[in-house]
Amino acid sequence: MNQKKEVWATRIGVILAVTGSAVGLGNFLRFPGKAAQYEGGAFMIPYFIALFLLGLPIAWTEWAMGRYGGARGFNSLPGIFRVAWHNKLSPYLGVLGLLVPVAIYMYYIYIEAWCLGYAWKFATGSMSLGTDKSQYAEFFTRYVGLNAHGSAFGFSGGSWSDSVLPSLLFCFVVNFIIIYRGLSRGIEMFCKWAMPALIACAFIVLVRVLTLGTPDPAKPDQNVSNGLGFMWNLGWGGKSVWQSLANSQMWLEAAGQIFFSLSVGFGIISCYASYLKPKDDIALSSLTACSGNEFCEVALGGLITVPAAFVFLGAVGVIEATRSTFNLGFMTLPMIFNTMPLGQFVGAVFFFLLFLAALTSSISMLQPAIALLEEGLGLGRRASVAVLGFITACGTGFVVYFSKDAVALDTFDFWVGSVCIYILATIQVILFGWAIGVERGHKEIQRGAEIRIPKFIMYIIKYVSPVYLLAVFVLWLFQTAGSYARKIASDPVVAGSVGFMFLILIFFLLLIAQSVRRWNKLHPLTKETGQ
Amino acid sequence: MTLSGWVVMILSVGFVTSMLVWCIYLVMKEPEATERLHAQDEIDTRDTE
Repeated sequence: MNQKKEVWATRIGVILAVTGSAVGLGNFLRFPGKAAQYEGGAFMIPYFIALFLLGLPIAWTEWAMGRYGGARGFNSLPGIFRVAWHNKLSPYLGVLGLLVPVAIYMYYIYIEAWCLGYAWKFATGSMSLGTDKSQYAEFFTRYVGLNAHGSAFGFSGGSWSDSVLPSLLFCFVVNFIIIYRGLSRGIEMFCKWAMPALIACAFIVLVRVLTLGTPDPAKPDQNVSNGLGFMWNLGWGGKSVWQSLANSQMWLEAAGQIFFSLSVGFGIISCYASYLKPKDDIALSSLTACSGNEFCEVALGGLITVPAAFVFLGAVGVIEATRSTFNLGFMTLPMIFNTMPLGQFVGAVFFFLLFLAALTSSISMLQPAIALLEEGLGLGRRASVAVLGFITACGTGFVVYFSKDAVALDTFDFWVGSVCIYILATIQVILFGWAIGVERGHKEIQRGAEIRIPKFIMYIIKYVSPVYLLAVFVLWLFQTAGSYARKIASDPVVAGSVGFMFLILIFFLLLIAQSVRRWNKLHPLTKETGQ
Repeated sequence: MTLSGWVVMILSVGFVTSMLVWCIYLVMKEPEATERLHAQDEIDTRDTE
């Protein structure tokens, strides 16, 4: 490449950046919700099986693919695929590595803004809405514009300053400032203080939750011990563990949780790993990043959310609240914080921690497209950031405007945030396991490794992970895709959202076509570059 | 909370915490890559000729 190649300044920096990318709202809201829905303790069995058969192998694959491409001068997934598999089509398969993070960013930043807005409102005392949950539901509806399209902009009678827009603008600017500063001075430096701060915030909330005791003496069963039991006990309602494990839906949800939680299939890990030096360790770094994510999810998220909800709402309330992540996070938990002693402070800390988790994830979503603009079109950092800023501002504007029932957000989340991620992860695993192969793949993972990765992991990557992934994907698609496909025909906003995503896809395909022309001229593939 | 609940919680939380601590220990034990001196035979010139 013509420009000076960026690299990570420190090893702990890249580990924290990948961990930050993986740790998000799902760790603190989705995971506890799923575990509570599927008999708590029993859920952990398919969860850990999926971690070993799906999560860790795919994470190693992404790290290895990224460093492999980076050693040959490429940081974007189209470029990485081009050198991994000598085929004219291969760079175009990498289009999902651009579409997925960019399209997710368009709605994820909106959710990030809710977290910041809630943290601010708790900190300033303007979130004290009493103990009636309907007040919080009404506030959330108004705040994010769920009642009518355009209401988040104040077009339907809402006030601009009362809406989520100021937070959204702040988040947008902060994201692009961090990205503009570059890899080591921006992303790495930010993650180095944000991740410890996030964990410190989580510990503050955890201590408060575990010391709640029995807040209402009139309801002695609603105590912390029973709250933990609700999350972790085996065998609910007289069911044996085996009966719980016979629920195929639980296996599906556990695999999905691992998959989304580790942020595999986004193309982000490969992009981050491409900035490593050719002999930097990836085996231990990948395992450390995954462990960091699992710690946040199981040890922090698993001990905070459900026990806190249980001591104030009881079993029935928790089951009802955990049916929807937004319900749990933005309607139920705020009410709970306002009910507990020191709740205003704890609420501010909790939503600030969610904001940090979201911010460390959203900045990672911008880097893959920046990488392509820089190496594919030869743009400088400023121009790349400006182009991407314009595209994402249009997309976020679309999602925020069509906010009624969060229909645009939901559509983006389904087609890109779920379907495309499964497809991209499958492509990556198949490319690594079959195009690069067992021998070269294992050699690539082991190069510079500080822990030994057993060779059988390569056979898991080659045979087990793709089958596991496809099985989960097909089952999940079978259960959910029908209703989403029907909505395209019946709801013009859904059709418009799908059309918008299609336009971005075409844009990135054109960008890749132009990049390939440039690469063929400047960096023709030789046996060496593709070896 | 039942005994099985305690066991599952301690095993799950203990496992992820131990794994993280072990990984961080290994990462911190090694000096930064930028500080390492590579021997001649470790340097990959990417020259296949």
